[in-house]
Amino acid sequence: MTSLTSTSVEGQRPPRSWNWVGILPFLLFSSAFLLGPAIILLVRSLQANEGGWTLGNYRQLIDPQVLEAYGLSVRISIVTAVVGGVFGFLLAWAIIYGGLPRVFRSLLTTFSGVASNFAGVPLAAAFIFTLGRIGMITALFGFFGIDLYDSDFSLYNFWGLTVVYMFFQFPLMVLTITPALEGLKKEWKEASENLGATSWQYWRHVALPVLMPSILGTIILLFGNAFGAHATAYALTGGTLRLATILIGAQISGDVLQNQGLGYAVAMGMVLIMGLSIGLYTILQRRAERWLA
Amino acid sequence: MTVTAPPVVIETPPAIATPVRAGAGSKVLAWVIMLAGVLYFFAPLVATGERAFRAIGRTFSFEAFRRVITDPEFLRTFGESVINAVATIVVSLLVIVPTAYWVTLKVPKLRSIIEFITLLPFVIPAVVLVFGLIRMYSRPPLAILGSYGSTRIILICAYAALSFPYMYRSVDNGLRAINVRTLTEAAQSLGATWPTIVWRVIFPNLRVALLSGALLTFAIVIGELTVALYLGQHTFGPFMSNLVRNFVAEPAALTILSFAMTWGAMGFISYLTRRQPGKRRMRRRP
Repeated sequence: MTSLTSTSVEGQRPPRSWNWVGILPFLLFSSAFLLGPAIILLVRSLQANEGGWTLGNYRQLIDPQVLEAYGLSVRISIVTAVVGGVFGFLLAWAIIYGGLPRVFRSLLTTFSGVASNFAGVPLAAAFIFTLGRIGMITALFGFFGIDLYDSDFSLYNFWGLTVVYMFFQFPLMVLTITPALEGLKKEWKEASENLGATSWQYWRHVALPVLMPSILGTIILLFGNAFGAHATAYALTGGTLRLATILIGAQISGDVLQNQGLGYAVAMGMVLIMGLSIGLYTILQRRAERWLA
Repeated sequence: MTVTAPPVVIETPPAIATPVRAGAGSKVLAWVIMLAGVLYFFAPLVATGERAFRAIGRTFSFEAFRRVITDPEFLRTFGESVINAVATIVVSLLVIVPTAYWVTLKVPKLRSIIEFITLLPFVIPAVVLVFGLIRMYSRPPLAILGSYGSTRIILICAYAALSFPYMYRSVDNGLRAINVRTLTEAAQSLGATWPTIVWRVIFPNLRVALLSGALLTFAIVIGELTVALYLGQHTFGPFMSNLVRNFVAEPAALTILSFAMTWGAMGFISYLTRRQPGKRRMRRRP
Protein backbone atom coordinates (compact mmCIF):
# COMPACT_ATOMS: atom_id res chain seq x y z
CA MET A 1 0.00 0.00 0.00
CA THR A 2 1.07 3.58 -0.56
CA SER A 3 2.05 5.67 2.41
CA LEU A 4 -0.65 7.73 3.95
CA THR A 5 0.62 11.25 3.45
CA SER A 6 1.87 11.94 0.01
CA THR A 7 4.20 14.83 0.71
CA SER A 8 6.17 15.32 -2.44
CA VAL A 9 9.70 16.49 -2.32
CA GLU A 10 9.97 19.97 -3.70
CA GLY A 11 10.59 20.28 -7.38
CA GLN A 12 9.88 16.63 -7.91
CA ARG A 13 6.65 15.52 -9.50
CA PRO A 14 4.54 13.39 -7.17
CA PRO A 15 4.33 9.78 -8.38
CA ARG A 16 1.25 8.94 -10.34
CA SER A 17 -1.46 8.09 -7.84
CA TRP A 18 -3.16 4.74 -7.97
CA ASN A 19 -5.55 5.59 -5.18
CA TRP A 20 -8.58 5.60 -7.47
CA VAL A 21 -8.20 1.82 -7.78
CA GLY A 22 -9.75 1.59 -4.31
CA ILE A 23 -13.18 2.55 -5.58
CA LEU A 24 -13.03 0.08 -8.44
CA PRO A 25 -15.10 -2.62 -6.65
CA PHE A 26 -17.85 -0.07 -6.06
CA LEU A 27 -17.77 1.07 -9.69
CA LEU A 28 -17.92 -2.52 -10.95
CA PHE A 29 -20.82 -3.40 -8.68
CA SER A 30 -22.75 -0.27 -9.65
CA SER A 31 -22.13 -0.96 -13.33
CA ALA A 32 -23.42 -4.49 -13.02
CA PHE A 33 -26.58 -3.75 -11.07
CA LEU A 34 -27.44 -0.09 -11.50
CA LEU A 35 -25.81 1.66 -14.44
CA GLY A 36 -25.58 -1.38 -16.70
CA PRO A 37 -29.29 -2.20 -16.72
CA ALA A 38 -30.13 1.45 -17.39
CA ILE A 39 -27.62 1.69 -20.22
CA ILE A 40 -28.92 -1.53 -21.79
CA LEU A 41 -32.42 -0.03 -21.84
CA LEU A 42 -31.06 3.19 -23.33
CA VAL A 43 -29.22 1.34 -26.09
CA ARG A 44 -32.20 -0.88 -26.88
CA SER A 45 -34.51 2.14 -26.97
CA LEU A 46 -32.32 3.57 -29.73
CA GLN A 47 -32.42 0.39 -31.82
CA ALA A 48 -35.09 -0.51 -34.31
CA ASN A 49 -36.75 -3.87 -33.85
CA GLU A 50 -35.32 -4.91 -37.20
CA GLY A 51 -31.84 -3.69 -36.24
CA GLY A 52 -30.00 -0.44 -36.85
CA TRP A 53 -30.12 2.82 -34.94
CA THR A 54 -33.28 4.91 -34.81
CA LEU A 55 -35.18 7.54 -32.87
CA GLY A 56 -38.41 5.96 -34.07
CA ASN A 57 -39.16 4.39 -30.69
CA TYR A 58 -39.22 7.84 -29.11
CA ARG A 59 -41.42 9.20 -31.86
CA GLN A 60 -43.93 6.48 -31.03
CA LEU A 61 -44.27 7.76 -27.47
CA ILE A 62 -47.29 9.69 -28.73
CA ASP A 63 -49.13 6.36 -28.76
CA PRO A 64 -52.46 7.03 -26.95
CA GLN A 65 -51.91 4.17 -24.49
CA VAL A 66 -48.52 5.59 -23.51
CA LEU A 67 -49.68 9.19 -23.28
CA GLU A 68 -52.59 8.16 -21.11
CA ALA A 69 -50.30 6.27 -18.71
CA TYR A 70 -47.83 9.15 -18.49
CA GLY A 71 -50.71 11.59 -18.07
CA LEU A 72 -52.22 9.65 -15.20
CA SER A 73 -48.82 9.32 -13.49
CA VAL A 74 -48.10 13.03 -13.90
CA ARG A 75 -51.52 14.07 -12.60
CA ILE A 76 -51.37 11.82 -9.56
CA SER A 77 -47.80 12.88 -8.81
CA ILE A 78 -48.62 16.60 -9.05
CA VAL A 79 -51.72 16.36 -6.88
CA THR A 80 -50.10 14.24 -4.17
CA ALA A 81 -46.91 16.32 -4.24
CA VAL A 82 -48.72 19.65 -3.86
CA VAL A 83 -51.35 18.54 -1.35
CA GLY A 84 -48.88 16.34 0.56
CA GLY A 85 -46.32 19.13 0.45
CA VAL A 86 -48.65 21.79 1.79
CA PHE A 87 -50.04 19.53 4.49
CA GLY A 88 -46.58 18.26 5.46
CA PHE A 89 -45.34 21.84 5.71
CA LEU A 90 -48.28 22.83 7.92
CA LEU A 91 -47.64 19.82 10.17
CA ALA A 92 -43.95 20.65 10.47
CA TRP A 93 -44.89 24.25 11.25
CA ALA A 94 -47.43 23.10 13.84
CA ILE A 95 -44.94 21.02 15.81
CA ILE A 96 -42.12 23.56 15.65
CA TYR A 97 -43.89 26.89 15.94
CA GLY A 98 -47.45 26.01 16.90
CA GLY A 99 -46.87 25.71 20.64
CA LEU A 100 -47.88 22.06 20.80
CA PRO A 101 -46.63 19.86 23.64
CA ARG A 102 -43.09 18.79 22.93
CA VAL A 103 -43.89 15.10 22.93
CA PHE A 104 -45.62 15.49 19.55
CA ARG A 105 -42.37 16.50 18.00
CA SER A 106 -40.38 13.33 18.56
CA LEU A 107 -43.49 11.28 17.88
CA LEU A 108 -44.02 12.95 14.53
CA THR A 109 -40.37 12.55 13.56
CA THR A 110 -40.38 8.82 14.27
CA PHE A 111 -43.78 8.41 12.68
CA SER A 112 -42.61 10.20 9.54
CA GLY A 113 -39.65 7.87 9.30
CA VAL A 114 -42.01 4.91 9.51
CA ALA A 115 -44.72 6.18 7.18
CA SER A 116 -42.36 7.43 4.48
CA ASN A 117 -41.01 3.88 4.29
CA PHE A 118 -44.34 2.15 4.65
CA ALA A 119 -45.27 1.79 1.01
CA GLY A 120 -46.19 -1.21 -1.06
CA VAL A 121 -48.40 -4.13 -0.22
CA PRO A 122 -49.10 -3.45 3.48
CA LEU A 123 -50.06 0.14 2.71
CA ALA A 124 -52.45 -0.95 -0.01
CA ALA A 125 -53.97 -3.55 2.30
CA ALA A 126 -54.42 -1.07 5.15
CA PHE A 127 -56.39 1.26 2.89
CA ILE A 128 -58.52 -1.56 1.51
CA PHE A 129 -59.66 -2.19 5.10
CA THR A 130 -60.28 1.53 5.53
CA LEU A 131 -61.77 2.86 2.31
CA GLY A 132 -62.45 -0.25 0.26
CA ARG A 133 -66.00 -1.36 -0.41
CA ILE A 134 -66.21 -3.03 2.98
CA GLY A 135 -63.76 -0.68 4.66
CA MET A 136 -64.31 0.86 8.06
CA ILE A 137 -64.63 4.48 6.93
CA THR A 138 -66.85 3.42 4.03
CA ALA A 139 -69.07 1.66 6.56
CA LEU A 140 -69.00 4.71 8.80
CA PHE A 141 -70.22 6.89 5.95
CA GLY A 142 -72.82 4.26 5.15
CA PHE A 143 -74.04 4.48 8.73
CA PHE A 144 -74.82 8.15 8.13
CA GLY A 145 -76.55 7.29 4.88
CA ILE A 146 -73.75 8.33 2.55
CA ASP A 147 -72.56 5.81 0.02
CA LEU A 148 -68.98 6.82 -0.80
CA TYR A 149 -69.00 4.65 -3.88
CA ASP A 150 -72.10 6.44 -5.20
CA SER A 151 -69.93 9.43 -5.94
CA ASP A 152 -66.89 9.47 -8.17
CA PHE A 153 -64.80 8.04 -5.39
CA SER A 154 -63.35 4.58 -5.49
CA LEU A 155 -60.24 3.36 -3.73
CA TYR A 156 -59.19 1.83 -7.02
CA ASN A 157 -59.25 4.95 -9.19
CA PHE A 158 -57.40 8.24 -9.37
CA TRP A 159 -58.82 9.71 -6.16
CA GLY A 160 -58.38 6.54 -4.17
CA LEU A 161 -54.74 6.21 -5.13
CA THR A 162 -54.23 9.88 -4.31
CA VAL A 163 -55.48 9.34 -0.76
CA VAL A 164 -53.23 6.29 -0.38
CA TYR A 165 -50.09 7.95 -1.77
CA MET A 166 -50.56 10.79 0.68
CA PHE A 167 -49.63 8.36 3.44
CA PHE A 168 -45.99 8.34 2.36
CA GLN A 169 -45.94 11.76 0.72
CA PHE A 170 -46.63 14.14 3.58
CA PRO A 171 -44.30 12.37 6.06
CA LEU A 172 -41.50 12.78 3.54
CA MET A 173 -42.30 16.50 3.40
CA VAL A 174 -42.17 16.67 7.19
CA LEU A 175 -38.76 14.97 7.27
CA THR A 176 -37.27 17.15 4.55
CA ILE A 177 -38.71 20.51 5.51
CA THR A 178 -38.22 20.33 9.30
CA PRO A 179 -34.49 21.17 9.18
CA ALA A 180 -35.26 24.15 6.93
CA LEU A 181 -37.94 25.42 9.31
CA GLU A 182 -35.54 25.04 12.21
CA GLY A 183 -32.97 27.05 10.28
CA LEU A 184 -35.11 30.20 10.49
CA LYS A 185 -33.18 32.58 12.69
CA LYS A 186 -34.78 33.98 15.81
CA GLU A 187 -33.24 37.35 14.98
CA TRP A 188 -35.37 37.68 11.83
CA LYS A 189 -38.53 37.21 13.85
CA GLU A 190 -37.36 39.68 16.48
CA ALA A 191 -36.32 42.21 13.87
CA SER A 192 -39.65 42.07 12.12
CA GLU A 193 -41.48 42.35 15.45
CA ASN A 194 -39.42 45.41 16.33
CA LEU A 195 -40.45 46.93 13.04
CA GLY A 196 -44.07 46.34 13.97
CA ALA A 197 -44.83 43.35 11.76
CA THR A 198 -47.60 40.98 12.72
CA SER A 199 -46.99 37.28 12.85
CA TRP A 200 -48.73 36.89 9.50
CA GLN A 201 -46.61 39.63 7.93
CA TYR A 202 -43.46 37.96 9.26
CA TRP A 203 -44.41 34.66 7.64
CA ARG A 204 -45.63 36.24 4.44
CA HIS A 205 -42.70 38.58 3.82
CA VAL A 206 -39.74 37.03 5.66
CA ALA A 207 -40.05 33.35 6.53
CA LEU A 208 -41.87 32.03 3.47
CA PRO A 209 -39.64 33.77 0.90
CA VAL A 210 -36.58 32.35 2.66
CA LEU A 211 -38.16 28.90 2.79
CA MET A 212 -39.54 28.95 -0.74
CA PRO A 213 -36.64 27.17 -2.49
CA SER A 214 -36.79 24.40 0.14
CA ILE A 215 -40.56 24.08 -0.17
CA LEU A 216 -40.52 24.00 -3.97
CA GLY A 217 -37.57 21.63 -4.03
CA THR A 218 -39.22 19.20 -1.67
CA ILE A 219 -42.48 19.32 -3.60
CA ILE A 220 -40.53 18.37 -6.72
CA LEU A 221 -38.92 15.57 -4.73
CA LEU A 222 -42.38 14.32 -3.74
CA PHE A 223 -43.38 14.45 -7.39
CA GLY A 224 -40.55 12.07 -8.28
CA ASN A 225 -41.37 9.92 -5.28
CA ALA A 226 -44.92 9.35 -6.50
CA PHE A 227 -43.96 9.14 -10.15
CA GLY A 228 -41.61 6.19 -9.61
CA ALA A 229 -43.93 4.29 -7.25
CA HIS A 230 -45.11 0.93 -8.52
CA ALA A 231 -45.71 -1.55 -5.69
CA THR A 232 -48.51 0.33 -3.93
CA ALA A 233 -50.55 0.85 -7.08
CA TYR A 234 -49.93 -2.70 -8.22
CA ALA A 235 -50.98 -4.21 -4.90
CA LEU A 236 -54.05 -1.98 -4.75
CA THR A 237 -55.43 -2.38 -8.25
CA GLY A 238 -53.65 -5.46 -9.55
CA GLY A 239 -52.50 -3.38 -12.49
CA THR A 240 -55.86 -2.10 -13.72
CA LEU A 241 -55.01 1.54 -13.09
CA ARG A 242 -52.54 2.24 -15.87
CA LEU A 243 -49.78 4.40 -14.43
CA ALA A 244 -46.51 4.67 -16.34
CA THR A 245 -44.83 2.27 -13.88
CA ILE A 246 -47.71 -0.20 -14.18
CA LEU A 247 -47.45 0.01 -17.97
CA ILE A 248 -43.74 -0.83 -17.79
CA GLY A 249 -44.52 -3.76 -15.49
CA ALA A 250 -47.10 -5.06 -17.95
CA GLN A 251 -44.59 -4.63 -20.75
CA ILE A 252 -42.06 -6.74 -18.82
CA SER A 253 -44.46 -9.61 -18.32
CA GLY A 254 -46.21 -9.59 -21.67
CA ASP A 255 -45.24 -6.95 -24.24
CA VAL A 256 -48.62 -5.22 -23.96
CA LEU A 257 -47.43 -2.45 -26.26
CA GLN A 258 -46.69 -5.08 -28.91
CA ASN A 259 -43.53 -3.19 -29.61
CA GLN A 260 -40.36 -4.01 -27.70
CA GLY A 261 -38.61 -0.83 -28.73
CA LEU A 262 -41.44 1.39 -27.54
CA GLY A 263 -41.31 -0.34 -24.15
CA TYR A 264 -37.66 0.67 -23.76
CA ALA A 265 -38.48 4.23 -24.78
CA VAL A 266 -41.25 4.40 -22.16
CA ALA A 267 -38.77 3.24 -19.50
CA MET A 268 -36.18 5.80 -20.58
CA GLY A 269 -38.79 8.56 -20.60
CA MET A 270 -39.47 7.67 -17.00
CA VAL A 271 -35.75 7.87 -16.13
CA LEU A 272 -35.56 11.26 -17.85
CA ILE A 273 -38.47 12.68 -15.85
CA MET A 274 -37.07 11.28 -12.60
CA GLY A 275 -33.63 12.66 -13.42
CA LEU A 276 -35.05 16.11 -14.13
CA SER A 277 -36.97 16.21 -10.86
CA ILE A 278 -34.04 15.02 -8.74
CA GLY A 279 -31.75 17.49 -10.54
CA LEU A 280 -34.14 20.37 -9.95
CA TYR A 281 -34.48 19.34 -6.31
CA THR A 282 -30.69 19.41 -5.88
CA ILE A 283 -30.41 22.86 -7.45
CA LEU A 284 -33.18 24.30 -5.28
CA GLN A 285 -31.71 22.68 -2.15
CA ARG A 286 -28.40 24.35 -2.88
CA ARG A 287 -30.13 27.69 -3.30
CA ALA A 288 -31.91 27.21 -0.01
CA GLU A 289 -28.62 26.71 1.79
CA ARG A 290 -27.66 30.32 1.09
CA TRP A 291 -29.93 31.48 3.88
CA LEU A 292 -30.60 28.43 5.96
CA ALA A 293 -27.17 26.80 6.22
CA MET B 1 -41.15 1.14 -5.41
CA THR B 2 -40.95 0.62 -1.74
CA VAL B 3 -37.75 2.59 -1.59
CA THR B 4 -39.60 5.81 -1.29
CA ALA B 5 -37.72 8.20 0.89
CA PRO B 6 -35.27 10.20 -1.21
CA PRO B 7 -32.03 11.60 0.12
CA VAL B 8 -33.51 11.62 3.56
CA VAL B 9 -32.39 9.14 6.10
CA ILE B 10 -33.68 9.39 9.61
CA GLU B 11 -31.79 12.33 10.95
CA THR B 12 -30.80 12.85 14.50
CA PRO B 13 -33.64 14.50 16.32
CA PRO B 14 -32.66 18.13 16.50
CA ALA B 15 -31.55 19.70 19.70
CA ILE B 16 -34.48 21.25 21.47
CA ALA B 17 -35.03 24.70 20.04
CA THR B 18 -35.81 27.60 22.22
CA PRO B 19 -39.44 27.65 23.28
CA VAL B 20 -41.46 29.62 20.82
CA ARG B 21 -44.32 31.82 21.78
CA ALA B 22 -47.36 31.05 19.75
CA GLY B 23 -50.42 33.24 19.53
CA ALA B 24 -53.78 31.78 20.52
CA GLY B 25 -54.94 31.72 16.91
CA SER B 26 -51.97 29.83 15.61
CA LYS B 27 -52.14 27.47 18.55
CA VAL B 28 -55.70 26.48 17.62
CA LEU B 29 -54.64 26.10 14.00
CA ALA B 30 -51.69 23.93 15.04
CA TRP B 31 -53.97 21.65 17.04
CA VAL B 32 -56.42 21.32 14.15
CA ILE B 33 -53.61 20.38 11.73
CA MET B 34 -52.12 17.93 14.18
CA LEU B 35 -55.51 16.35 14.79
CA ALA B 36 -56.14 15.95 11.06
CA GLY B 37 -52.74 14.32 10.68
CA VAL B 38 -53.32 11.95 13.59
CA LEU B 39 -56.76 10.97 12.27
CA TYR B 40 -55.50 10.34 8.76
CA PHE B 41 -52.60 8.32 10.08
CA PHE B 42 -54.48 6.22 12.59
CA ALA B 43 -57.66 5.47 10.64
CA PRO B 44 -56.00 2.84 8.39
CA LEU B 45 -54.25 1.32 11.38
CA VAL B 46 -57.42 1.10 13.43
CA ALA B 47 -59.35 -0.35 10.50
CA THR B 48 -56.62 -2.90 9.84
CA GLY B 49 -56.36 -3.79 13.50
CA GLU B 50 -60.10 -4.25 13.71
CA ARG B 51 -59.99 -6.72 10.80
CA ALA B 52 -56.97 -8.52 12.14
CA PHE B 53 -58.26 -9.03 15.65
CA ARG B 54 -61.98 -9.40 15.09
CA ALA B 55 -62.91 -10.57 11.64
CA ILE B 56 -62.82 -14.22 12.56
CA GLY B 57 -65.56 -15.15 14.96
CA ARG B 58 -66.49 -11.50 15.62
CA THR B 59 -64.81 -11.46 19.00
CA PHE B 60 -61.32 -10.34 19.90
CA SER B 61 -58.88 -13.08 19.03
CA PHE B 62 -55.43 -13.77 17.69
CA GLU B 63 -56.89 -16.36 15.35
CA ALA B 64 -55.85 -14.48 12.20
CA PHE B 65 -52.28 -14.19 13.48
CA ARG B 66 -52.26 -17.86 14.43
CA ARG B 67 -53.46 -18.84 10.96
CA VAL B 68 -50.85 -16.65 9.31
CA ILE B 69 -47.84 -17.82 11.26
CA THR B 70 -48.76 -21.46 10.97
CA ASP B 71 -49.24 -21.13 7.21
CA PRO B 72 -46.27 -23.02 5.70
CA GLU B 73 -46.30 -20.69 2.70
CA PHE B 74 -45.91 -17.70 5.01
CA LEU B 75 -43.04 -19.33 6.87
CA ARG B 76 -41.29 -20.21 3.64
CA THR B 77 -41.64 -16.85 1.93
CA PHE B 78 -40.95 -14.85 5.06
CA GLY B 79 -37.90 -16.96 5.84
CA GLU B 80 -36.63 -16.44 2.32
CA SER B 81 -37.14 -12.68 2.57
CA VAL B 82 -35.31 -12.50 5.90
CA ILE B 83 -32.33 -14.31 4.38
CA ASN B 84 -32.46 -12.03 1.34
CA ALA B 85 -32.56 -8.97 3.59
CA VAL B 86 -29.58 -10.11 5.64
CA ALA B 87 -27.63 -10.98 2.50
CA THR B 88 -28.51 -7.57 1.03
CA ILE B 89 -27.21 -5.82 4.14
CA VAL B 90 -23.95 -7.79 4.06
CA VAL B 91 -23.37 -7.09 0.35
CA SER B 92 -24.27 -3.43 0.73
CA LEU B 93 -21.94 -2.98 3.71
CA LEU B 94 -19.09 -4.79 1.96
CA VAL B 95 -19.39 -2.49 -1.03
CA ILE B 96 -20.14 0.80 0.72
CA VAL B 97 -17.99 0.84 3.87
CA PRO B 98 -14.56 0.31 2.26
CA THR B 99 -15.51 2.68 -0.56
CA ALA B 100 -16.73 5.46 1.72
CA TYR B 101 -13.66 5.03 3.94
CA TRP B 102 -11.28 5.07 1.00
CA VAL B 103 -12.91 8.13 -0.53
CA THR B 104 -12.78 10.06 2.74
CA LEU B 105 -9.16 9.16 3.30
CA LYS B 106 -7.53 9.04 -0.11
CA VAL B 107 -9.60 10.38 -2.95
CA PRO B 108 -11.93 13.08 -1.61
CA LYS B 109 -12.03 14.52 -5.14
CA LEU B 110 -14.09 11.53 -6.25
CA ARG B 111 -16.67 12.03 -3.51
CA SER B 112 -19.18 13.77 -5.74
CA ILE B 113 -19.02 10.98 -8.33
CA ILE B 114 -19.66 8.35 -5.67
CA GLU B 115 -22.48 10.43 -4.22
CA PHE B 116 -24.02 10.78 -7.65
CA ILE B 117 -23.94 7.05 -8.31
CA THR B 118 -25.40 6.17 -4.91
CA LEU B 119 -28.32 8.49 -5.63
CA LEU B 120 -29.14 6.80 -8.94
CA PRO B 121 -31.83 4.54 -7.42
CA PHE B 122 -33.95 7.68 -7.09
CA VAL B 123 -33.59 8.31 -10.80
CA ILE B 124 -34.03 4.70 -11.91
CA PRO B 125 -37.31 3.45 -10.42
CA ALA B 126 -37.37 -0.18 -9.29
CA VAL B 127 -39.65 -1.22 -12.13
CA VAL B 128 -37.23 0.22 -14.68
CA LEU B 129 -34.24 -1.33 -12.92
CA VAL B 130 -35.77 -4.79 -12.97
CA PHE B 131 -36.67 -4.31 -16.63
CA GLY B 132 -33.02 -3.59 -17.40
CA LEU B 133 -31.75 -6.42 -15.23
CA ILE B 134 -33.95 -8.90 -17.06
CA ARG B 135 -32.73 -7.65 -20.44
CA MET B 136 -29.12 -7.68 -19.30
CA TYR B 137 -28.98 -11.07 -17.64
CA SER B 138 -31.29 -13.25 -19.70
CA ARG B 139 -29.17 -13.46 -22.83
CA PRO B 140 -25.68 -14.72 -23.49
CA PRO B 141 -23.02 -13.83 -22.54
CA LEU B 142 -24.65 -13.06 -19.21
CA ALA B 143 -27.51 -15.57 -19.14
CA ILE B 144 -27.71 -15.76 -15.35
CA LEU B 145 -31.48 -15.66 -14.92
CA GLY B 146 -31.86 -19.29 -15.94
CA SER B 147 -32.32 -20.84 -12.52
CA TYR B 148 -34.17 -19.72 -9.41
CA GLY B 149 -31.01 -19.73 -7.31
CA SER B 150 -28.93 -17.60 -9.63
CA THR B 151 -31.84 -15.20 -10.13
CA ARG B 152 -31.95 -14.85 -6.37
CA ILE B 153 -28.37 -13.62 -6.40
CA ILE B 154 -29.31 -10.96 -8.94
CA LEU B 155 -32.26 -9.98 -6.72
CA ILE B 156 -30.00 -9.57 -3.68
CA CYS B 157 -27.47 -7.51 -5.63
CA ALA B 158 -30.25 -5.32 -7.03
CA TYR B 159 -31.55 -4.76 -3.49
CA ALA B 160 -28.04 -3.85 -2.38
CA ALA B 161 -27.84 -1.30 -5.21
CA LEU B 162 -31.25 0.10 -4.23
CA SER B 163 -30.04 0.44 -0.63
CA PHE B 164 -27.03 2.56 -1.66
CA PRO B 165 -28.69 5.95 -1.06
CA TYR B 166 -29.50 5.05 2.54
CA MET B 167 -26.39 3.06 3.28
CA TYR B 168 -23.94 5.56 1.79
CA ARG B 169 -25.67 8.49 3.47
CA SER B 170 -25.57 6.74 6.80
CA VAL B 171 -21.93 5.59 6.56
CA ASP B 172 -20.75 8.93 5.18
CA ASN B 173 -22.44 10.79 8.05
CA GLY B 174 -20.76 8.39 10.46
CA LEU B 175 -17.34 8.94 8.88
CA ARG B 176 -17.72 12.69 9.02
CA ALA B 177 -18.46 12.50 12.72
CA ILE B 178 -15.15 10.79 13.53
CA ASN B 179 -11.67 11.88 12.56
CA VAL B 180 -10.83 9.17 10.06
CA ARG B 181 -7.36 10.41 9.19
CA THR B 182 -6.16 10.78 12.77
CA LEU B 183 -7.55 7.40 13.78
CA THR B 184 -5.96 5.72 10.78
CA GLU B 185 -2.58 7.38 11.31
CA ALA B 186 -2.62 6.52 15.00
CA ALA B 187 -3.37 2.89 14.22
CA GLN B 188 -0.69 2.81 11.53
CA SER B 189 1.93 4.25 13.84
CA LEU B 190 1.14 1.46 16.26
CA GLY B 191 1.79 -1.03 13.51
CA ALA B 192 -1.74 -2.01 12.55
CA THR B 193 -2.32 -3.52 9.13
CA TRP B 194 -5.08 -2.30 6.81
CA PRO B 195 -7.56 -5.08 7.63
CA THR B 196 -6.94 -4.49 11.34
CA ILE B 197 -7.57 -0.76 10.92
CA VAL B 198 -10.84 -1.24 9.10
CA TRP B 199 -12.06 -4.06 11.29
CA ARG B 200 -10.91 -2.92 14.75
CA VAL B 201 -10.76 0.86 14.48
CA ILE B 202 -13.16 2.13 11.82
CA PHE B 203 -15.94 -0.44 12.14
CA PRO B 204 -16.47 -0.06 15.91
CA ASN B 205 -16.58 3.71 15.52
CA LEU B 206 -19.24 3.41 12.86
CA ARG B 207 -21.44 0.97 14.75
CA VAL B 208 -24.43 3.26 15.05
CA ALA B 209 -24.24 4.43 11.44
CA LEU B 210 -23.92 0.87 10.15
CA LEU B 211 -26.80 -0.37 12.28
CA SER B 212 -29.04 2.49 11.12
CA GLY B 213 -28.29 1.78 7.50
CA ALA B 214 -28.80 -1.93 8.02
CA LEU B 215 -32.14 -1.55 9.79
CA LEU B 216 -33.47 0.80 7.14
CA THR B 217 -32.39 -1.62 4.42
CA PHE B 218 -34.09 -4.45 6.26
CA ALA B 219 -37.35 -2.52 6.56
CA ILE B 220 -37.32 -1.80 2.84
CA VAL B 221 -36.28 -5.21 1.57
CA ILE B 222 -38.43 -7.44 3.75
CA GLY B 223 -41.73 -6.77 1.97
CA GLU B 224 -40.42 -5.55 -1.39
CA LEU B 225 -42.75 -6.39 -4.25
CA THR B 226 -41.71 -4.97 -7.62
CA VAL B 227 -38.26 -6.45 -8.20
CA ALA B 228 -39.16 -9.82 -6.67
CA LEU B 229 -42.36 -10.02 -8.68
CA TYR B 230 -40.78 -9.55 -12.09
CA LEU B 231 -37.80 -11.73 -11.24
CA GLY B 232 -40.29 -14.47 -10.37
CA GLN B 233 -39.07 -14.86 -6.79
CA HIS B 234 -41.39 -16.39 -4.19
CA THR B 235 -40.69 -13.92 -1.43
CA PHE B 236 -42.81 -12.25 1.21
CA GLY B 237 -43.92 -9.28 -0.94
CA PRO B 238 -45.52 -11.28 -3.76
CA PHE B 239 -46.98 -13.66 -1.17
CA MET B 240 -48.71 -10.80 0.66
CA SER B 241 -49.84 -9.29 -2.62
CA ASN B 242 -51.65 -12.51 -3.58
CA LEU B 243 -53.20 -12.86 -0.16
CA VAL B 244 -54.63 -9.33 -0.18
CA ARG B 245 -56.84 -10.21 -3.12
CA ASN B 246 -58.20 -13.44 -1.69
CA PHE B 247 -58.56 -13.13 2.07
CA VAL B 248 -59.54 -10.55 4.63
CA ALA B 249 -58.30 -11.37 8.11
CA GLU B 250 -54.95 -12.88 7.18
CA PRO B 251 -53.64 -9.94 5.13
CA ALA B 252 -54.80 -7.65 7.93
CA ALA B 253 -52.66 -9.61 10.37
CA LEU B 254 -49.73 -9.47 7.95
CA THR B 255 -50.16 -5.71 7.55
CA ILE B 256 -50.05 -5.26 11.31
CA LEU B 257 -46.92 -7.41 11.46
CA SER B 258 -45.24 -5.42 8.65
CA PHE B 259 -46.13 -2.19 10.31
CA ALA B 260 -44.74 -3.39 13.62
CA MET B 261 -41.50 -4.39 11.90
CA THR B 262 -41.10 -1.03 10.16
CA TRP B 263 -41.94 0.81 13.36
CA GLY B 264 -39.50 -1.36 15.31
CA ALA B 265 -36.69 -0.68 12.85
CA MET B 266 -37.30 3.08 12.80
CA GLY B 267 -37.76 3.28 16.57
CA PHE B 268 -34.50 1.42 17.08
CA ILE B 269 -32.69 3.75 14.68
CA SER B 270 -33.85 6.88 16.47
CA TYR B 271 -33.00 5.26 19.84
CA LEU B 272 -29.49 4.47 18.58
CA THR B 273 -28.85 7.91 17.13
CA ARG B 274 -30.11 9.57 20.25
CA ARG B 275 -27.82 7.75 22.66
CA GLN B 276 -24.83 8.02 20.39
CA PRO B 277 -21.79 9.27 22.31
CA GLY B 278 -20.76 12.79 21.49
CA LYS B 279 -24.24 13.81 20.44
CA ARG B 280 -26.23 16.06 22.65
CA ARG B 281 -28.86 14.06 24.45
CA MET B 282 -32.51 14.80 24.40
CA ARG B 283 -33.72 15.90 27.75
CA ARG B 284 -36.37 13.27 27.79
CA ARG B 285 -37.11 10.19 25.87
CA PRO B 286 -40.50 9.65 24.35
